[in-house]
Amino acid sequence: MTTSLPKKIWIYFLLIVTSFLVFFPVMYAFLISFMTGPELLQGKFLPQSFSLDNYIKVFDRLPLLNYLLNSFIVSVSVMLGQLAVCSLAAYAFVFIQFKGRDFIFFLFISTMMIPWEATMIPNKFTIQKLDWLNTYQGLTLPFFALAFGTFLLRQHFKTIPKELHEASQIAGLSKFAFFRRVILPVSKTSLVTLGAYGFLTTWNMYLWPLLITTNKSVRTVQIGLKQLQSLETGTEWGVVMAGVIVVIIPTLLLLFLGQKQLQKGLTQGALK
Amino acid sequence: MSKSYDKQVDVISNINVTIEPGEFFVLVGPSGCGKSTMLRMIAGLETITSGTLKIGDQVANHLSPNKRDLSMVFQNYALYPHLTVQQNITFGLDVKKVKKAAQRERAAEVAKMLGLTDYLKRKPRELSGGQRQRVALARAIVSESPICLMDEPLSNLDAKLRAHMRTEIRRIQRKLGITMIYVTHDQVEAMTMGDRIMILHEGKIQQVGKPIDIYNNPANPFVATFIGSPPMNLAYSDVDKKASAIVIGDILRLPVPPEEVISIPEYQLIAGIRPEHLRPALKDTPEKDKLYVVVTNVEVLGNETVFSFKLGTNEWMAKWSGQWHIDIGDSIPILIDYGAFCLFEARTGDLIKKPTDLGNSVFGKEVLV
Repeated sequence: MTTSLPKKIWIYFLLIVTSFLVFFPVMYAFLISFMTGPELLQGKFLPQSFSLDNYIKVFDRLPLLNYLLNSFIVSVSVMLGQLAVCSLAAYAFVFIQFKGRDFIFFLFISTMMIPWEATMIPNKFTIQKLDWLNTYQGLTLPFFALAFGTFLLRQHFKTIPKELHEASQIAGLSKFAFFRRVILPVSKTSLVTLGAYGFLTTWNMYLWPLLITTNKSVRTVQIGLKQLQSLETGTEWGVVMAGVIVVIIPTLLLLFLGQKQLQKGLTQGALK
Repeated sequence: MSKSYDKQVDVISNINVTIEPGEFFVLVGPSGCGKSTMLRMIAGLETITSGTLKIGDQVANHLSPNKRDLSMVFQNYALYPHLTVQQNITFGLDVKKVKKAAQRERAAEVAKMLGLTDYLKRKPRELSGGQRQRVALARAIVSESPICLMDEPLSNLDAKLRAHMRTEIRRIQRKLGITMIYVTHDQVEAMTMGDRIMILHEGKIQQVGKPIDIYNNPANPFVATFIGSPPMNLAYSDVDKKASAIVIGDILRLPVPPEEVISIPEYQLIAGIRPEHLRPALKDTPEKDKLYVVVTNVEVLGNETVFSFKLGTNEWMAKWSGQWHIDIGDSIPILIDYGAFCLFEARTGDLIKKPTDLGNSVFGKEVLV
């Protein structure tokens, strides 16, 4: 498509403005992370020098690496758990005929309408009764079954022609082998989408880890950031922002690496 | 093999047929006649409500699809999109735990037979429709199953490629001696490919037999109009025993040989005649044999001319070889022989009289020498 020069200039102008708006908080946080306390209070926009003092402080003050590792373990296990549970559930909803299948599916989907916060208290008590406070399973297990993920994968599985299923039946593939050797590779894009979604939401989760963790053994980074704020009477914003930057890096990395796959997966339904 | 089924809702009922080993058996019928259902019952993808399905000597009603030792080609090919052509072909062998080297060898052999050798590394989406079709075929052949089922495998191809694949499939089937059960809605495919064909309508067998026999002696009006293009011309008719004649469509009166008229029952009949048996009346034809008809439509196809005309309330068609310069509205004389007619009982559709005189359209090899 060819566009005239003024139009191009206009489009790029709009793009720059909007991307600036979107990216501004992150950028500002990045700049603050290099500032000293007085500099910040003067309302400066650019730091005088790019010193890494704040970064050293943040690693000093918090077991940040430990928290990062916790976050990583929790996010990855939630991601894998969600992929396994959701794909198996979606497989059952699409390829196995049983009575009341659609009803059960809609029941399943309708749980999306219950806000997660509403079920948090009972969940917390369940975890407590299981004596799973301060454990990885307490942080991860409640998130394995995801109605949205099941829905997403079901929609993709439904686009797989049933002849593939029949052909594999004739070839003598068992149900699970069909799932593993045909369904999963064919739905790679949707799986990547769901995986990225699961990873990011878990990484950014705040409320649940706050409830479940009482010491730093399995605490995640988001709680760590909050700790930075409340440690002293006057919050050292420079240090907090340094922490924030460290925490965003993995998500940004994931976004850059998986962007293409993510787009493909999200737009798949729309393109058909 | 013999089988007969009965489905509760009677999608298919009372099917009883034996398919010989090594035979090319075609199931043909209009859409919704149950032919695909029947194929899927043979494959084991649909349950059989009642009756027995035997494969060889073994009752196969409840065997799982992979135990029936058959392969199947689907209408949309059902290739695994994430695998290469090579992997697609060997997929079934891999499941059966055939050794890798043997897999490769067999795949290479089949690929060579179907001209797929250059495409083995490609993914299905990088192939054209005809190539995909061939991969599906290769996948069926490589399993070396004695029975191959095909569900309208050519319907997604363009006309030229379809004609090519028709002969290709037939050639491979002969070469390998596979028992082929082939479903199609296209009567041309059925006629050209089948050793024997079965015509289904509303889940019931209409006729089973060799294509030519079915063409010449259709068992009922449905078969008569389904097989052949343009279809057989039909009209209600009555027999007039006293005059030894038959009245077709209340208009055409044809004399019937006295010895034959006795065998014709007196209830209402349907008379049918193939378009190519309506011959042009020539100059030396006696005037009393000529029937003047008004042309309502003309199609000149290059090697033959098809035109339609009204006979009473029915629109009939005639097919003459060569290019005829006929215009719509022309009144032209045609010649109709009683011998070329077949007669059906109107109520039951049973065939009463086969056409005896097939005119000049049946030849033996001795004509050539």
